[in-house]
Amino acid sequence: MDWLSLIIQILNGIQYGLLLFLIASGLTIVFGIMGIINLAHGSFYMIGAYLAFTLSQLTGGLFTAIALGIPLTLAFGFLLERFVIRQLYHRDHLQQVLLTFGLILIFNELQQILWGGEPKSVPVPEILQGAVALSDTLSYPIYRLFLSGVCLAMAATMYVVIRYTRIGMQIRASSSNQNMLNALGVNVRLINSLVFACGVALAGVAGILAAPVETVYPGMGEQILIVSFVVVVIGGIGSIRGAFFGALLIGVTDVLGQVFLPSAASIVIYGVMAFVLLIRPSGLFGRSE
Amino acid sequence: MIVLPPRPILIALALMVVAFALIPMTGDKYWIKLITRMFALGIFAMSLDFLVGYTGLVSFGHAAFFGIAGYTLHLISPENQAPNLAWVLPVSVFASAIMALLIGALSVRTHGIYFIMVTLAFAQMLFFLFHDSNIAGGSDGAFIYNKPVFTILNWTVFDLGNRYALYFLSLLSMMTLYLLLTVVLASPFGAVIQGIKVNEHRMRALGYNTYYYKLISFVIAGAIGGYAGFLFACIDGFVSPELLGWRESGLALVMVILGGVGTLFGPVLGAITLLGAEEIFRDRSLVGPLANYWQVLMGVFVIIVVLFLRGGLGGQLLQFVRRKKEQGL
Repeated sequence: MDWLSLIIQILNGIQYGLLLFLIASGLTIVFGIMGIINLAHGSFYMIGAYLAFTLSQLTGGLFTAIALGIPLTLAFGFLLERFVIRQLYHRDHLQQVLLTFGLILIFNELQQILWGGEPKSVPVPEILQGAVALSDTLSYPIYRLFLSGVCLAMAATMYVVIRYTRIGMQIRASSSNQNMLNALGVNVRLINSLVFACGVALAGVAGILAAPVETVYPGMGEQILIVSFVVVVIGGIGSIRGAFFGALLIGVTDVLGQVFLPSAASIVIYGVMAFVLLIRPSGLFGRSE
Repeated sequence: MIVLPPRPILIALALMVVAFALIPMTGDKYWIKLITRMFALGIFAMSLDFLVGYTGLVSFGHAAFFGIAGYTLHLISPENQAPNLAWVLPVSVFASAIMALLIGALSVRTHGIYFIMVTLAFAQMLFFLFHDSNIAGGSDGAFIYNKPVFTILNWTVFDLGNRYALYFLSLLSMMTLYLLLTVVLASPFGAVIQGIKVNEHRMRALGYNTYYYKLISFVIAGAIGGYAGFLFACIDGFVSPELLGWRESGLALVMVILGGVGTLFGPVLGAITLLGAEEIFRDRSLVGPLANYWQVLMGVFVIIVVLFLRGGLGGQLLQFVRRKKEQGL
């Protein structure tokens, strides 16, 4: 394999990693701030992808699907937090795991009822069709570059909001001591709702963006959930920076694993996780106990 | 000291066992198979309760050991001949125990939510290993054509191809393993792991190397989970990657919660109730057209159990007995 195709594979890995970051960051923030382990997080990715399918059919394009999908997933996350997730704040992990497990069963069945079992595909928007030529025979699809760009922009926005704005300060404060923040007159409940809704929207957007490059199929939520768990474990639970680097590491490792070790491709990322656990049981960027 | 449930519950459980022993007389194939499955999953849920309810380790990958034993049975069975239970059962259970040792050695280093995620990830790794490769039929699964036979020196004691033999072996195994786990919990080892559940730091301060205690507990639970998986593979005559999947692990946790965490007999009731609920939700004559969407009903059922049934069935029973006793005094 020459170096150009290697670069293409690494670009693919980075693109997959950035997509993973959108999902894993929601998972890790929700845990860091509310102490909730949410198994249904992968379902939001699946819902996003199916929304992309329906909305782009109805409105005629992926861009309108994104524009409509963001408020829809935000509202969905907001309502879900208010009526279900809020019950979980003072319960132990076991109950959180089971309740969100029940949610997966419901979401999966609703997906079957609404969209059926066969895989769907979503067309790439016309402006983003085509590819950038890298050499006479090799080229890289524009849509994938666009996808990576959008993910990077979202990651940067997230960084700026959390780092430099007032609401970001409150979010950071609520991850260390919610009671104190409440006593200072900040509406902690609202912050929780907002953060959860944003997490859902991030996963939803990831699903919408991924729809044209991946197949949209029923089990896609669980598959991505497990990989996101691996990312979060590697990065350290509650750490957004950890999620970012963990996601890139896993994305590149997974893609290169499929190229160089096709027979063991599905196991490589778990090997990386096992190795990280051996040297740093609380993740690369996690607070050690 | 061996802790058994209070006498009224023991009597109720004993009556239940007697009822179970009589059911095969009806000869209804469907019911016999369903109840044998309940026994196998009851053992599975019990082994998970040993981990969750007594050691304080919430594992979301317990199905890995359930599936590994089933697959081992498939892989070591000769093609055209029924294998002897006397060696396939120990080998299958041993395979699960070894897998639990490997996964446990890494997972037990972590705590709380990490442990949940890590056990889930390792179980999924095994799922993909069997799903994406050609081992034992890949994603299609594989049949176990010849059920094991228990023979001593050419004398056939029983044949698991016979549904009655399988039924009673499962029932007996469930009772024996219940007693075995009760004895383990009453031993000094059992006292240490229960201490770890309450306060691991304190146990470490007392000089116990908690890592090894947790690991041994994980291996015991994995081995018994494997025993359950072995029975389950014999019941269905079929193994598929789904046996190791996260759904199976999740349902096992639901059985434990539904039955009552840390009661040991409760999760058996949980397994029976959950399988019973599934039968009801899938029955068109009971729930009408909703039977097509039985998974939604199942999801709602799980959520209701988690939110409202504090302590599970076992916990509620214990509380009920305690209240009655106080009123009596």
